[in-house]
Amino acid sequence: MQYFPFVVVAWILAVGLYGVVTSRHLVHQIICLIVVQSSTYVLLLGVGYVTGAVAPYFFDIPAHTPAVDPVVQALALTDVVVEAAVTALLLSFAIQAHKRFGTLDPQELASLKG
Amino acid sequence: MTLAVSTPYTVPIGFMDALQITILVLVAAGATAVVLIRQPVHQVLVLSAYGILLAVLFLAFQAPDVTLSELTVGAVALPIILLLTLAKIKKREE
Amino acid sequence: MSPAQRRWMFGLGMAGLAAFYLWGMSGLPGFGNYPGPYGFVILHLAVKQTFATGIVSAINFEYRGFDTVGEEFILFAAAAGTGIVLRRLRGERDQSATDEAADREVPATSGAVRMVALLFTGPVMLVGWWLASHAQANPSGGFQGGVILATAFILVYLSGEFLVLKRVSPVALTEAVEAVGAGGFAAIGVAAVPMGLAFLTNYLPKGQLAGAVSSSGTIALISFFVGLEVGAAFILIIGELLEQTLLVRQGDRLCSTSRSWSWPGSSP
Repeated sequence: MQYFPFVVVAWILAVGLYGVVTSRHLVHQIICLIVVQSSTYVLLLGVGYVTGAVAPYFFDIPAHTPAVDPVVQALALTDVVVEAAVTALLLSFAIQAHKRFGTLDPQELASLKG
Repeated sequence: MTLAVSTPYTVPIGFMDALQITILVLVAAGATAVVLIRQPVHQVLVLSAYGILLAVLFLAFQAPDVTLSELTVGAVALPIILLLTLAKIKKREE
Repeated sequence: MSPAQRRWMFGLGMAGLAAFYLWGMSGLPGFGNYPGPYGFVILHLAVKQTFATGIVSAINFEYRGFDTVGEEFILFAAAAGTGIVLRRLRGERDQSATDEAADREVPATSGAVRMVALLFTGPVMLVGWWLASHAQANPSGGFQGGVILATAFILVYLSGEFLVLKRVSPVALTEAVEAVGAGGFAAIGVAAVPMGLAFLTNYLPKGQLAGAVSSSGTIALISFFVGLEVGAAFILIIGELLEQTLLVRQGDRLCSTSRSWSWPGSSP
């Protein structure tokens, strides 16, 4: 249990990268990129966890209860929303590529010129 | 079993450990499933389920804000954008 | 490079990466033994200093507000980029779109979907506003509230009335709202500078009760503007993609959406 979440992070990263490398469809590649990004969220939250602590919201519990680290949660929070917009931008590039070259296979696209 | 912290909302530490290990295994399996499916339309549905699993994992890590973000973005907004792109590509191919 | 060679190279590279990762991971203090002083210092001081009980939002919009400004502008640029990249496609497809669409058989949206979508639009919008304005108290904030606001508009589309969606959120208005959101955040930060304080200092009165809606100064205001901006950005992105793919039923004939967006009330 000491290192199990970090092993899972490494597994998700490896699996996602394998999908990106051996993909035959541009949208499939983008979805595997989403999986790779999700591994970083798990890593961030796993680093900040304190055993036996609560969430850092003191609306109805006393203000000095032991809580988990809030800084990495702030990072992960903005991360999730912003990466969705960047994925939308990548998808618009995929639409453009399909319009110009007629194919969505990244291994064929690599050899086309202009 | 000792309670983690004495608030109305916490569970014994052993429960939390068991929950976290289970959800981590499910998340790893979900990520593998998302990658190994090759059809993008099927992959979008599995991605939506993976987003919900991730949201439960973040809840087990005591991060309700990130849970809310991941639920709205990963299970709703991203599949909408992906399905619209796939419809656009399929329309061009016909 | 053949697929087998690609896989071998990936395997080699991944083995090296995994070796370094495991080496680095063995130096970590383990899961659950977070040692770092920064988190504990903030937890100790945050409620007293900012009168906000939602510590994560206090970090996002005050302690690390500068990072959040940067992230918000990433979102802004991504939405603008999507609009630019996709809009250039539209002009070239105008003449072919009507021909392809004429004989297409589109199943009508079922009555259950339309009714449920219409019923849920109001409550979803209310939930989105509530989340965007209560950042300082609860696990909520501008980012989540903004995305939920955008999904309220998508429900309008799902209830079958794409023309209503176009009238309710024309492109010029949505872009203006997004600009107001992004610019509002920067303006709140810049407004601290003439008072002699640093950029993004929390200079508004902080209220008496920690966690009330009117407490914590600029955090609530910034969260509201961020909610506007994120919602408008997602509406723009999804609207742009919808415009590309859709067949519109007007009366009893099908026509394609090859005309550009127009202000409400003007004829297409």
